Amino acid sequence: MSGESPRRPPRQTLSLGHPIVRSIVWQAVILGTIGWCVWWLVANTMHNLEVRRIASGFAFLHREAGLPIGEALIDYSPENSYLRALFVGVLNTLKVAAIGIVLATILGTLIGVARLARNFLLAKLASAYVELLRDLPLLLQLFFWYSLLQGLPGPRQALALGGDVFLSNRGIYFPWVEWTAAHWAATVAALAGILASVALTRRAARIQEATGDRPHVLLPGLVLIVGLPALVFFAAGAPWRPDVPLLRGFNFQGGVRVTPEFAALLVGLVTYTAAFIAENVRAGILAVNWGQWEAAGALGLSRGLQLRLIVLPQALRVIIPPTTSQYLNLTKNSSLAVAIGYPDIVSIANTTLNQTGQAIEGIAIIMAVYLTISLSISLFMNWYNARVALKER
Amino acid sequence: MNAPAHEAVQAVQSADPPMRPPPMLQTGIVGWLRANLFSSWISTAVTLALAYLLVRYAIAFVDWAFINAVWSVPGQDTSACRAVEGSGACWALITEKHRFILFGTYPYDEHWRPALCCVIFVGLYLISANKRFWRRELALIWLVSLGAIGVLLWGGILGLTYVEQERWGGLVITLVLATFGIAFAFPLAIVLALGRRSTSLPAVRALCVVYIELIRGVPLISLLFMASVMFPLFLPEGLNIDKLLRAQVAIILFAAAYLAEVIRGGLQAIPRGQYEAAEALGLSYWKKTGLIVLPQALRLVIPPMVNNFIGLFKDTSLVLIIGIFDLLNAAKTSIIEPAWQGFGVEAYIKVSIIYFVFCYAMSKYSQRLEAELNPGRRR
Repeated sequence: MSGESPRRPPRQTLSLGHPIVRSIVWQAVILGTIGWCVWWLVANTMHNLEVRRIASGFAFLHREAGLPIGEALIDYSPENSYLRALFVGVLNTLKVAAIGIVLATILGTLIGVARLARNFLLAKLASAYVELLRDLPLLLQLFFWYSLLQGLPGPRQALALGGDVFLSNRGIYFPWVEWTAAHWAATVAALAGILASVALTRRAARIQEATGDRPHVLLPGLVLIVGLPALVFFAAGAPWRPDVPLLRGFNFQGGVRVTPEFAALLVGLVTYTAAFIAENVRAGILAVNWGQWEAAGALGLSRGLQLRLIVLPQALRVIIPPTTSQYLNLTKNSSLAVAIGYPDIVSIANTTLNQTGQAIEGIAIIMAVYLTISLSISLFMNWYNARVALKER
Repeated sequence: MNAPAHEAVQAVQSADPPMRPPPMLQTGIVGWLRANLFSSWISTAVTLALAYLLVRYAIAFVDWAFINAVWSVPGQDTSACRAVEGSGACWALITEKHRFILFGTYPYDEHWRPALCCVIFVGLYLISANKRFWRRELALIWLVSLGAIGVLLWGGILGLTYVEQERWGGLVITLVLATFGIAFAFPLAIVLALGRRSTSLPAVRALCVVYIELIRGVPLISLLFMASVMFPLFLPEGLNIDKLLRAQVAIILFAAAYLAEVIRGGLQAIPRGQYEAAEALGLSYWKKTGLIVLPQALRLVIPPMVNNFIGLFKDTSLVLIIGIFDLLNAAKTSIIEPAWQGFGVEAYIKVSIIYFVFCYAMSKYSQRLEAELNPGRRR
């Protein structure tokens, strides 16, 4: 097409054969064609909008939404504006994506390691899981889980799972405690304990590097993570009022309710994505040379330490990039919520655009939300990847 | 090794006592069991726990799927199924509705036409999977087959009755969306990948980057919604494209962005020397790309491309959300009548088997191909 064509002796005149001229001409032609197409589409759209008397713009966002939403993380009622309804949707998407990513990582790692286990039965079961879940459409799996959950008995005949956990077609009910200031204080204390034990572990590693002796971190760490919040909790008077789901009339009252829609979506996303993450984990561990295991063994490390100190840090470099794209996929796949009625951003934006007729704005909102989420996850994982990447001299 | 030492070794070897058989506990089936199932107390515990769960759930499944199952019911009277609900499967749904699930609302007497189309599709996949047919003629075979499928589905000529597109449904829609999706996304993806790698056309490269990253950043559903509610606004008044075609366009645009990244990976793997050698021969850009670079690059990325095709095949099920009657939608619709409500699991198991067969075949094929194409990487 251009610059990479055979080299001729440079000419002084600018003819059509000159690489730079050709490059400019080609780009002008291509951009012109695309620009004309875009202009044509925009002109059509403007005309169509005018004919159908649809006012474009985002003014509709401040109108009263009048759409009921089954579950919301913030206070919401149908009298609120579309903007708030969409925000509820974004939060619901983020909720399922965040919980899903954590659970899928845990399950995927377990299954990936299980596939490499020496135990024949365990390895075969894990690979059967991966093959089965990877080769079925996610939407089909979501319908499957949803119809299983809907097939549960009604609240009056709810299945009781070990005491106060109830499974019914209205949702899953867990006992909980009345959340007070003391509980918040204990949570903060637990977080502080975790941070302190991370610092402690780092200090231990520094001391080990300097002197060769590694101070104990397990016990102080446990004291910090478990003891500190317990101390704070009891100092605050240990208010403990269990909030147990009880059958009143036709439904349960109290406790924490997980809707069937959320449960089906979460289970579907986690089990599906875990199959892919398991493959990444397996590939990552296999990518570490066998000699690394043997060398670590020759140094006298136990198998657990071999995995933790030698193999895993090397495997993570292989695992992280493809796993990042699985996190992105999970987030994007959470948009399938619309098919089973979980009020995520796509579902609410879809209702909004059906109610208001603002198709272009509705889809623009969906795309903007997902692009923002995708970009943020990419940036974070790139930062993390750069941290664990091979540091060469 | 010098001669005396060699003799010494031989002497030692011949002095060895006759080989004794390895201990009973390390060979044969017992040895295999000890090594693979009961190598330590943890392994033994895991084996026993898993075996217990496996047997327990296998028995429960056999009970549900075979022993307590209802295989057929008279007419629409599903009381026999209701009686065993929860403890036995209602396969009567499948016996009653299997042609609906496979062919949707296509006229009943003409079901052989979509069936034949499915056979042609499968034949096309088998031929394309065979390395012997990776030649230029393959494109011709594809053109002829896709044309034949169009004729069969629409009819209206050759004595076939005309069937409007709204009545197509089931498996054939899934195969049409997936196959046409791949067939059209592939050339588009090549153009995008070349555009993204272009050094002399920065504007084109920027366009390709924006397109690929934009499409990859949003879910397929948003594109399908765009196809169903926004495309009609884009077109001049009076020009209407039917919904299936709009969804097909969205799928092509979506798949092309992902495929382009795979192909770009292949292009990057071609050593610089290949480009320079082609330039030294005096080949133009298109000849260099078409004769030297692309054939090598595409060959390299066939396994990941097949994985991409599997994803695309599964993703076609999303058209259900904008109301297109594919295989999954047919299964979902088959349980909409009050008589059959609540038997979703049975219908979904049936379509799962179909999806699984296609995807599993593709995934095994891609694994085999990967081993064949990179013999050096085999362990």
